[in-house]
Amino acid sequence: MIVANRKPVSEIVDMIKDHERVLLLGCKGCVSVCSAGGEREVEILASLLKLGCQKEGKKIEVIEASFVRQCDKEYIDGLDDFDGKYDAIVSMACGVGVNFIANLRPMTRVYPAVNTSFMGGSAEQGVWSEQCAGCGNCVLHLTGGLCPVARCAKSLMNGPCGGSVGGVCEIDSDVTCIWQAIHDRLKRLDRMNDILAIAPIRDWRPAGHGGPRKVQRDDLTI
Amino acid sequence: MDFTPDIQVFCCHYTSQQACSEDSKVLPAEGFPASVSINRLPCTGKLEVSALLKAFENGADGVYVVGCPVDKCHNVMGSQRAAKKVLAVKKALEELNVEPERAEMFHLERGLHPEFIAVAKRMDEQISSLGPSPFKGEVL
Repeated sequence: MIVANRKPVSEIVDMIKDHERVLLLGCKGCVSVCSAGGEREVEILASLLKLGCQKEGKKIEVIEASFVRQCDKEYIDGLDDFDGKYDAIVSMACGVGVNFIANLRPMTRVYPAVNTSFMGGSAEQGVWSEQCAGCGNCVLHLTGGLCPVARCAKSLMNGPCGGSVGGVCEIDSDVTCIWQAIHDRLKRLDRMNDILAIAPIRDWRPAGHGGPRKVQRDDLTI
Repeated sequence: MDFTPDIQVFCCHYTSQQACSEDSKVLPAEGFPASVSINRLPCTGKLEVSALLKAFENGADGVYVVGCPVDKCHNVMGSQRAAKKVLAVKKALEELNVEPERAEMFHLERGLHPEFIAVAKRMDEQISSLGPSPFKGEVL
């Protein structure tokens, strides 16, 4: 899922200081699962915005709503139901949702309520960690399913580096050296041959270094 | 300035049951401050952050939660969850430059014990000294 964190309330209060009617829009997708921007978080932020504005002596009306997703046109069309009722949208979706509203509503002011952080998962309640960098050229079949792009501080393709000590990365004692983990795992699975070949210099264009990326499926387009 | 705070306490069924079931004169007679209003819940673990914030929206000057002792919650983890929610509210108050002491969590034994009265008195003093909620400011 896409993992996000709510911005500090004071930052959001400052964003909306020129508005009187705000549509606070949650997303029932990833940000709901990581408890950053779902229906429950909309309810909390709505209260905080009202309290924050009240404290500044400013009147604000906050309309609460949540869409199934904010990354599909068909769901953004749901904004039609609120036409004329707000003068700005505060989106609790990831950056994709904010962009989608901006793309599809040229005259609507839209603000982000969360910082979109990474693609990750939750192995224990309340903790999320990055697992995938969306690099566009997956090598997980060679690395035992563990990603060196997202989980190595240097995104090395041939590791580990000299900063790996006792299975831990030199940047932080809480960070596993993923290359040590890859070696250990492949050894356990008797698949060491998978990484014997030296990986060539990587072409990072599919990772976004060639500009914004796009996927087009001719079998699905009409 | 003459100020009587509006304090909302959220208690679980177990920590408040005796206080609520006793004759309505018992609590005041024991010194339970008139500024504190009791909101009874099945378990404080059910409490949402938004409920505590709504209390501020509705004019409370302070809120607090009374749940079971950490290791004796009837629903195992309920009062621990409540404590986390109170922490979240304290953090949110700090973000808004409001005294986090306006929200507190207490873990108390079940029933009407002197501690139940004592924390109410403590909150009455604490909120009285902080003054009216900054959220009650005049809206322009």
